[in-house]
Amino acid sequence: MAISTTNIDGAPALAVNPDAVRSDAGETSVGSVATQSIRVSVDLLENLMTMVSELVLTRNQLLQMVRSLDNSEFTVPLQRLSHVTTELQEGVMKTRMQPIGNAWAKLPRIVRDLTVELGKKIDLQMHGAETELDRQVLELIKDPLTHMVRNAADHGIELPADRLQAGKAEAGRITLNAFHEGGHIVIEIRDDGRGLNMRRIRQRVLEDGLATEAELDVMPAQQLQAFVFRPGFSTAQAVTSISGRGVGMDVVKTNIEKIGGTVELKSDEGRGAVFTIKIPLTLAIVSALIVECADERYAIPQTSVVELVRVSGVSEMKIERINDTAVLRLRDRLLPLVFLDQALRLVPVTYDIDTQSEKFIIVAMVGSYQFGIVVDRVFDTEEIVVKPVAPILRDIPMFSGNTILGDGSVIMILDPNGIAAASSATAATESTATVIDDARQLRTAESTALLVFTAGGREPRAVPLSLVARLEEIDVGQIETADGRHVVQYRGQLMPLVAMRDSFRMRAEGRQPILVFSDRDSTLGLMVDEIVDIVESDMNIELRSTDPGILGSAVISGQATEIIDVGYFLTRAFGDWFKNHDDGPFGQPNDRPRVLLVDDSPFFRNLMIPLLSVQGYQVETAETAEGALKRRDGGERFSAIVSDIEMPGMNGFDFAAAVRDDARWRDTPIIAHSTHASAADFARGHQAGFTDYVSKADRGALLQALAQVLATGGRA
Amino acid sequence: MGTAIAVARPGALATTASADFLTLTIAGQRFGLPVASVQDVLGPQKITRIPLSPPEIAGALNLRGRIVTAVDIRRRLGLPAAEAGGMSVVVEHHGEPYSLMIDSVSEVLSLPAQAFEANPPTLNPRWREVSAGIYRLNEGLLVVLEIDRLLDFSRAAA
Repeated sequence: MAISTTNIDGAPALAVNPDAVRSDAGETSVGSVATQSIRVSVDLLENLMTMVSELVLTRNQLLQMVRSLDNSEFTVPLQRLSHVTTELQEGVMKTRMQPIGNAWAKLPRIVRDLTVELGKKIDLQMHGAETELDRQVLELIKDPLTHMVRNAADHGIELPADRLQAGKAEAGRITLNAFHEGGHIVIEIRDDGRGLNMRRIRQRVLEDGLATEAELDVMPAQQLQAFVFRPGFSTAQAVTSISGRGVGMDVVKTNIEKIGGTVELKSDEGRGAVFTIKIPLTLAIVSALIVECADERYAIPQTSVVELVRVSGVSEMKIERINDTAVLRLRDRLLPLVFLDQALRLVPVTYDIDTQSEKFIIVAMVGSYQFGIVVDRVFDTEEIVVKPVAPILRDIPMFSGNTILGDGSVIMILDPNGIAAASSATAATESTATVIDDARQLRTAESTALLVFTAGGREPRAVPLSLVARLEEIDVGQIETADGRHVVQYRGQLMPLVAMRDSFRMRAEGRQPILVFSDRDSTLGLMVDEIVDIVESDMNIELRSTDPGILGSAVISGQATEIIDVGYFLTRAFGDWFKNHDDGPFGQPNDRPRVLLVDDSPFFRNLMIPLLSVQGYQVETAETAEGALKRRDGGERFSAIVSDIEMPGMNGFDFAAAVRDDARWRDTPIIAHSTHASAADFARGHQAGFTDYVSKADRGALLQALAQVLATGGRA
Repeated sequence: MGTAIAVARPGALATTASADFLTLTIAGQRFGLPVASVQDVLGPQKITRIPLSPPEIAGALNLRGRIVTAVDIRRRLGLPAAEAGGMSVVVEHHGEPYSLMIDSVSEVLSLPAQAFEANPPTLNPRWREVSAGIYRLNEGLLVVLEIDRLLDFSRAAA
C-alpha cells in the first residue's frame, strides 16, 4: 500500500481533485471553505508540530522556574507567552486532526457501484463521521477501511433472494460506527450478512495443517475466526465466494497493527459479522493526571478518570478486604481495586495488602466497568503529547504511550483498558462482577456488622458485632480457676470465661483475647484464638446446626462461617452460675411469657430467639405480618409481640394497626423493633399503635421494653 | 541532555577496502558500530524505568523532545550490570531511536577489510548472534555489532 505523504507536487494533487469536488458537491457548507484551503506538505506540519512540542516543553520549564519565585517581573509576560503557546499548540494540533468522515467520503459510491455490479441491495449507514483523528492515522486506515467495507458488501451481504429466504430484509445493511474510547478510536464495521462460514474455515485450517481436529474441537469460535487474518489463508480458491470473507484480511491486520492498533472479528454465522478496529491516538494532546507509584511517575488520561479518593487506615474511606480481594466502599457500591504497583509487577503480587497507610484511588471507567487504581501519590494534571511507545514495548497492554513532561522527564501513559483487562485476567472479571452484584444486594438487604474470629480450630466463626460489648485481652496470669471454671476479675466483678469448644486451648502465657458479652449486670468472656476481621454482611443462615453453641452457617466473604449463639453461652455460663439448677437452662416452660417475634429476616429471628429465651421468654416466630395475623385467627394468644417494621407484604405499621383493630389482640403490647429509629419513626410507630419502639441496634432496649410492657400492660 | 560529540568525520570517506567504525568499550571488550548508523553519543542520562518491559530494556529517555528507548547492552550480551554513569550511543532501527548503553566511547577508526574475520564458531552464541564479525587490531580484537540483530529482541531469549 503506497500512501503519498506529500501531496505538494502538482500531479497527485490533480489526480485527487475530481474526487474532492464530487464529495464536496453533497455538502454545500463545506464548499466555500474548500476554496479557501491550501495544500501544505505534511512534512512541514510534522516539523511545526515538533517545534511546538519543544516550545511547550520550554514554556513548562519556565513556568516551573517562575512558580518558585515570588512576584517575579517575568510572571505577566510569561503568562502571555504561555497563553500564546497553548493556542499555537492547539492550532497546530488541529491542522493534523481530520474527521474520520474524510476517509468515508468515497464509501457510499463504492457501495452503490457494488450493488449495481453484484445485483444486491445494500444500505450503508455511517455514524460518528465527525470523530477526529490524526491525519497520519487517517491516511493509514483509509485503505484497510475501504477494503473491509467492500468485503462486507461483496462477500458478507447475500443476494436479495437469499436474504428473503433466510427471513431477513431484502436490503442488507452495513454500518460504520466511529467513536473515541479511552485514548483510542474505535471503528466498527458491522454487516448483517451471512457471517463467516465456520465449516469452511475449519476445513481450510485442517487442509493447511494449522491445527489438528482435536484442537479445533475445543477451539472457541472466536479463535477459529481469527484464522482469516492469517496471511494467505483466505485466497479465493481456498475459501471460495461462499465464505470468501477475509480476502486480504492479513493485509488489513498488518496495516492496522503497524500503527499500534488492533482488529477483532466477531461473526455469527447467518446473522452477520462485526469487525472492530481499535487505534490509539498516536499523536494527540490529552489532559492527563500525573500519579506516583513505587517512586515512578505515570500519566493517566483524564478522560477515563471519574474521581479521586484518598484513603488511609484512619480516614473515613478505607480499603477493605473481601477474602483476598481489596475493595473500596464508595457510596452505594463496592469498587474493585487494582494496586498499580502489583499490576506493573513493581512489587510481588501479594494478598497481604497494606490497608493502613495513605493511598490514593483513581476511580477509572472502562466501558461500563468501573474500578479503582491504587497509587501512592497524585500530582496535578498536565497536558501531554501522547507518543507511541517503541515497537518492542507495544505488547505491554498497560501502556497506551509515553510522553515528556514539563520537567523534561519521560513518563509512561497508563492505559486503563489494559489495566482493567490485565487485572481481571488474574482476578476474573466475572467474580469481580459478582462481588459488585452481591454488594448491591447487600445494600438492599439488611446488613449486619459481624465480628469474625477463630477459636479452637482454623475455621472462621462470627458473631454480630452489636452483641459484643468489648474486645479485651487479658493477661493469662489473671485468669483464675474456680470449680473447674475460668474466671477473671473484670471491672470489679467476677467474669466467667467460657471456651468455644472443649478442644479450645487457653493461651499458656501472654494475653488471651476475649470477646466480652454484656447482659444487664452480668458479663461473660468468650475466649478466642484470634480476632480476624469485622465485615459488613447480610447474614442468611443457610445451614442450621445441631451444635448447641452454633446458630448455623452463613457464607461470609466467600467462606462458610459458623455463627455462634451468644444466648447459648450466656445460658451456659449464667444458667449454671447463678441458678445452678439441674432442670436445664430454660426454667419452667409454662411459667414463661409467650412472645411473638415477627421478622422477615431469618438472621434476626435466629438471633433473637436464644436471646429472648435466655431471658426466660417463650418465643414463637412469624416471618410475615400476615403469618402473625393467621396465628391470631388460629386463636393463639401472646404476652407481647415484637415486630419488625420493614417487611415484604404488610409492613409493621399496618400490622400494628391491624392488631389494634381487632378485639382479640387489642390489648397485647406490641413493640416495634426496627433498624430505623429516628424520632419521626418513633412518632409514627406510636400513632400506628405500637406500645414501644426500639432500635435493632440496641439489644438491651428491647429487653428492657419487653420487661416494662409486660410489667405494666401485659397479661403474663 | 548529554554532550553530543560529532562523530561523522569529514575525512571518513572510506576507500573500498576499509570501513569506519565508532569504537566502544563494554566490560573491557572493544566493540565497533558502523559510523553511519550512529546518530548521537550521550553521557549519563536520566532514564525512566518501564515496568513489564523485556529485561534488556533499561527504560526511556528524552533526547531533545524525542523519546528514546534505552537498551542495556551488557544485559543483552549476558554481562554483569555496570555501575552507574556510562555512556550511550543513539542509533535508529526501523525508524525508532534506541540508545545503546555502553561503558565508554573512544575514537572513530577506519579499518581495513583484510583485518576482518568471521565470528569464531566457538564464540558464545549470545555474542555470535549480535556480532557481524571480528577485526584484528594491533591493540586487541574489535567485535562489530550488528544493530538490526542487537535490537531484534525476539532472538534475545536464545
